[in-house]
Amino acid sequence: MTTQSLLAIEATGLVKTFGETRAVDGVDLSVRTGSVYGVLGPNGAGKTTTIRMLATLIRPDAGSARVMGHDIVDEAEAVRRAVSLTGQLASVDEDLTGAENLILIGRLLGLKRAPAKERAGELLEAFGISEAAGRLVKTYSGGMRRRLDVAASIVVTPELMFLDEPTTGLDPRSRNQVWGIIRALVAEGTTILLCTQYLEEADQLADGIAVIDHGRVIAEGTPGQLKASVGSGALRVRLLDPEQRPEAARLLDKELGAVSLEPDPAALSAPCVDADRGAYALAELARAGVKIADFSLGQPSLDEVFLALTGHPAEETPADDTHNVAANSIAEEQGA
Amino acid sequence: MSTKSNHADLMTEADEAAVRRAISSIERPPPASSLSAALTFGWRGMLKVRHVPEQLLDVTITPVMFVVMFTYVFGGEVSGSTGDYLQYLLPGILVMSVLFTTVYSGVALNSDLTKGVVDWFRSLPIWRPAPLMGSMLGDSVRYLLAGTVIILVGVALGYRPEAGVGGAVAALGLVVIFAFGLSWVFTTLGLVLRSPSAVMSAGFMGIFPLTFLSNVFVDPETLPGPLEAFVNVNPISILVNASRGLMGGNADSGDIAIVLAVAVGLTAVFAPLTTRLYRRG
Repeated sequence: MTTQSLLAIEATGLVKTFGETRAVDGVDLSVRTGSVYGVLGPNGAGKTTTIRMLATLIRPDAGSARVMGHDIVDEAEAVRRAVSLTGQLASVDEDLTGAENLILIGRLLGLKRAPAKERAGELLEAFGISEAAGRLVKTYSGGMRRRLDVAASIVVTPELMFLDEPTTGLDPRSRNQVWGIIRALVAEGTTILLCTQYLEEADQLADGIAVIDHGRVIAEGTPGQLKASVGSGALRVRLLDPEQRPEAARLLDKELGAVSLEPDPAALSAPCVDADRGAYALAELARAGVKIADFSLGQPSLDEVFLALTGHPAEETPADDTHNVAANSIAEEQGA
Repeated sequence: MSTKSNHADLMTEADEAAVRRAISSIERPPPASSLSAALTFGWRGMLKVRHVPEQLLDVTITPVMFVVMFTYVFGGEVSGSTGDYLQYLLPGILVMSVLFTTVYSGVALNSDLTKGVVDWFRSLPIWRPAPLMGSMLGDSVRYLLAGTVIILVGVALGYRPEAGVGGAVAALGLVVIFAFGLSWVFTTLGLVLRSPSAVMSAGFMGIFPLTFLSNVFVDPETLPGPLEAFVNVNPISILVNASRGLMGGNADSGDIAIVLAVAVGLTAVFAPLTTRLYRRG
């Protein structure tokens, strides 16, 4: 019984089928109360359908789940009282003003007229959208709109908040603002289930991550564990002179082993867990007269983790080619 | 990673403190009652009329144009004088304009559905039919407004209800009750079809011919036999007859009873259907 109070979400074998497609095909999740839990996966992986089941918008075809201790089918009303849904799917009303939306939801959640109005003013002020309070939401910029979405979902502070792609399409400044708000919510004790396709976002915010692909959880753990499960970190070196690569490869292979040559004719990498050994290997290169343009030492990125787990990149349109190339070489090493 | 971020991009500590204060400064109130939730949704409907008055104009301008054009172009031919024709035409136009407005109930619901607003409401701990009840309440006020506009335009052009203000108000009331029943048909359509414009086309494809194949514009006795038979059983014709009766001071209680029965029947079939579709989302 004690585990129940510690778990905000406890899902076992959730299944949802639409016609022939099994959108969610047996998802298990445990989310600790007070944490930020990231659900990662490409579009169509089943993230949104999972959230819609947990938020009681649709019923699972099989499996069961408890959210804040309440069964999502038998105690749907109690679940709805504890959670709020924000993001791509549950939208505020674009034909009302920002203030009207917040008053509307305040009244629906049980606030009287005057306190609802006061609460709306307080939130608009805190989220920096009070100048736009009287404007129709459809005229809002992406960043303002997203801040209003979040404000609407904390008019009465939820115990658990479902955030579906909260920063998709935002510029870096707005994205950082939304992240700041999420951190403030967590600091005040709200549990957050964060659905995202941005691996950096999960890396920045989440304590635990589940990777979903084809309707199943294919990996779970802390960001650190997921990275470790893919393998060690790597030392990457780019040389000033590509002619020196064979010499560099020989030295790195001796110090670190398993050197791989990258498509860039001046670059190579080797697995490296221990930073001291990496530093020593670099010193060996210097001693042998190999000129280094730049080097990096780090854990694999979550992009690389995703690729290694699923065999395909997280985002369909590779925004950064070199990144995927690097990820490929890691994946190949793992295969070897 | 944080070294990449420009410091000015980040929320300042003061911002974050304000957000945290806002989060911690609220106690969960007791849940809203069913009535209060439905009234709040009615208020939402009213706000939309205020923000997008064009929507009301759309459905009133066409009927107003019909009043003016038909009265002055055909009036002399059909009834011998424009004044007489206006007396005949106006109650029909009242019916037409209010019934056109009902299509927008379906359009608005579909647009809530496609934009995700319905999911927002469905995720809230409120009485489940509250959003629908509230919109219907708000829509009924819209029907009243649309009907009032038409009657006032008629009066400005010289229309005078023989039964006085009381008769006009009674006719308006009857039309709004019928519109309430009919609007459930369009909300059902709004939950089944894919887009607001599909609801609009399908809705008007149904309501347009039904309105023209009625006694709104001409006396059915002048029509060919089979058409006359159809026009006479068309519920819209019966509603128009009842409204003419109420405004003219010679109402047939049989007509009124049929209109009320059709309104109740439509509500009994389509309101539960709408509610079930809405719940399922």
